[in-house]
Amino acid sequence: MKEENITTTDIISDENLVYKKTDLMTDKTLSYCPGCGHGTAHRIIMEVVEEMDMTEDTIGIAPVGCSVLAYEFMNIDMQQAAHGRAPALATGIKRTWPDKMIFTYQGDGDLAAIGTAETIHACNRGENFLIVFINNGIYGMTGGQMAPTTLPGMKSSTSPYGRDVKLMGNPLKITELVAELPGTYYVTRQAVHTPANVRKTKRAIKTAFKNQMENKGGLNFVEIVSNCNSGWKMSPVDANNWMVENMFPFYPLGDIKLDGEKVNKE
Amino acid sequence: MGELRLMKGNEAIGEAAIRAGVDAYFGYPITPQSEVIEYLTAEKPEERTGMVVLQAESEIAAINMVYGAAGSGKKVMTSSSSPGISLKMEGISYMAGAELPCVVLNVVRGGPGLGTIQPSQADYFQAVKGGGHGDYKMIVLAPASVQEMADFVQTGFDLAFKYKTPVMLLSDGVIGQMMEKVELNDAVPRWTEEEIVEKSSWATTGKKGRERNIITSLDLDPSSQEKHNQKLQAKYREIIEKEVRFEEFQCDDAEYLFIAYGSSSRIAQKAVKIACERGHKVGLLRPITLFPFPEKKIQQMIAQLKGILTLELSAGQMIEDVRLAVEGKIPVKHYGRMGGIIFTPAEIVEALEQKIIGG
Amino acid sequence: MAKVKGAIVIDVDKCKGCEVCVEACPTDVIGMADEVNIKGYHFAEVKNPEDCIGCANCAIVCPDGVITVYRKKVKA
Ligand code: SF4
Ligand code: SF4
Repeated sequence: MKEENITTTDIISDENLVYKKTDLMTDKTLSYCPGCGHGTAHRIIMEVVEEMDMTEDTIGIAPVGCSVLAYEFMNIDMQQAAHGRAPALATGIKRTWPDKMIFTYQGDGDLAAIGTAETIHACNRGENFLIVFINNGIYGMTGGQMAPTTLPGMKSSTSPYGRDVKLMGNPLKITELVAELPGTYYVTRQAVHTPANVRKTKRAIKTAFKNQMENKGGLNFVEIVSNCNSGWKMSPVDANNWMVENMFPFYPLGDIKLDGEKVNKE
Repeated sequence: MGELRLMKGNEAIGEAAIRAGVDAYFGYPITPQSEVIEYLTAEKPEERTGMVVLQAESEIAAINMVYGAAGSGKKVMTSSSSPGISLKMEGISYMAGAELPCVVLNVVRGGPGLGTIQPSQADYFQAVKGGGHGDYKMIVLAPASVQEMADFVQTGFDLAFKYKTPVMLLSDGVIGQMMEKVELNDAVPRWTEEEIVEKSSWATTGKKGRERNIITSLDLDPSSQEKHNQKLQAKYREIIEKEVRFEEFQCDDAEYLFIAYGSSSRIAQKAVKIACERGHKVGLLRPITLFPFPEKKIQQMIAQLKGILTLELSAGQMIEDVRLAVEGKIPVKHYGRMGGIIFTPAEIVEALEQKIIGG
Repeated sequence: MAKVKGAIVIDVDKCKGCEVCVEACPTDVIGMADEVNIKGYHFAEVKNPEDCIGCANCAIVCPDGVITVYRKKVKA
């Protein structure tokens, strides 16, 4: 049998479309460095919002940090919060608009350093919204300073000889910490560096929004371990490999709490 | 006539908020204003009107809950006292920058630092001159009675939404704690979701049938940030033009003038009477709005006056605005007490005689 | 037996040249151009169009939403 003679131009037509950037991402060029996971994380959140048909009811909160301009890229109603305060804003909105779908998008400095109190108390009160936590172990926007999640021995511009935990304290596993609180309903740690991981993370975000929609009674917390190739001073591909080798052993991927119950790892 | 009740100032604020159709109160306890949240939680406003009352983990969280809800078009308020208000200043600056309406009550106590829990007026600078960072202003209303504590909730929200700005009620421990008769307005219903979407088309209520709304105080482009600041300044000029409020007491033929706001003005009224009995022609001007300040009124009175004594429970803060208005044309002196101590009418008259009449 | 053929379109000027898509492609379709785009990045380009199976892996990992993917069933 002879193979049908088909050219690229035959394939490229609307009826054959399988993947296109969602219109819920604006056409603005992302302010992120090449290969940075923020762009992928933004996009899959917007894909879920679109697929779950909740564009008209979703309000997002942008943090201070690299993703301070998230509201420029996500084509929905957005608020920009003071550093670390996104969970407080989200509480204010969700409590007064209980039917809206609310999420915060926060980096490690925002969520696990300056905003620790807001994070923990929103989790502990069981606020019914979603926190998306991007953990890249560094302060990207201000030029690669040490973050609360910087690994032991890891270099940054304020730990130039590596993080000395005796001197600088330990990295904070805030995701494990919030999983201990009775107010969290779903806590998971994911990544977006491979197609399979992106698909998993997207499912996690969908689960989180479904929980919120069904008022499952508790906060949904999705950590995304991500790269910061500029901060880490590596090429994007090397940074992803470094992340797999160094970040994942310390911040293992997977569900930590499902349906309000801690996942038994044994 | 509305319902009459005997209430503390802090309770009157809570009751007035429920009746004014306020959507949410977020706060954190601190003396001398914890009765506000205590009253609100006891009243079950969630059953009376659907109003949300939440005790936050800090003043910082509370003001940022206010930011979130206000950014989504809701009528929201918070309250605190001096050290707590300092913590709220970040959020207030962000709200001024993002042009969000809200009402913040400060029941001022003695400072600096943790200070005392007694009444004070030492937060005038913080309220009127900024407090938070950046070129911004809040409208500042100074209630002098329990009645005004109640009334200014509605006034505050009217102004906050009219100008899309935070409004501060600058009270103190005297007004917050004292009991007086108060006439309460009849309850008005909270805005419906449809009304909010219509009234506050700028708010993040979900992108429905319009382009997305963004609430932010960030602009990385200096020229558009400057434009935004010019717009804020134009708004503040309009507020100065239209919203000055004050009260006069025996000002018509006064040769000397007390200027005092809030609880000080009540003591000053008695001082005016004593001074008159002693043969001095003294009047009292009570600024009700501290920003905008009744500068023009003071300027109109200069020709008839021999001197002004400002009376503040502080080292003298409002006096700077009085002096700016007077431009050195007549003597302006300050008399005050600090740290939570309140002056007596007799002390004031003595200060008038020594500092102004004899000075 | 039905077989699928894919094709991708790269919005060249939005590409930041991170090469994440190159790593993600199971059939080695994508390579990096020698030239640079308006941003000055060596952009991703289709090197082996015949091998594309339209799996969308490249588009899914592209942080900048640069790639559009098409797929068609063809009779073999
Ligand atoms: S769609 Fe799949 S096969 Fe085609 S270029 Fe992308 S990753 Fe490669
Ligand atoms: S992943 Fe996207 S931005 Fe990176 S090289 Fe490929 S097309 Fe360009």
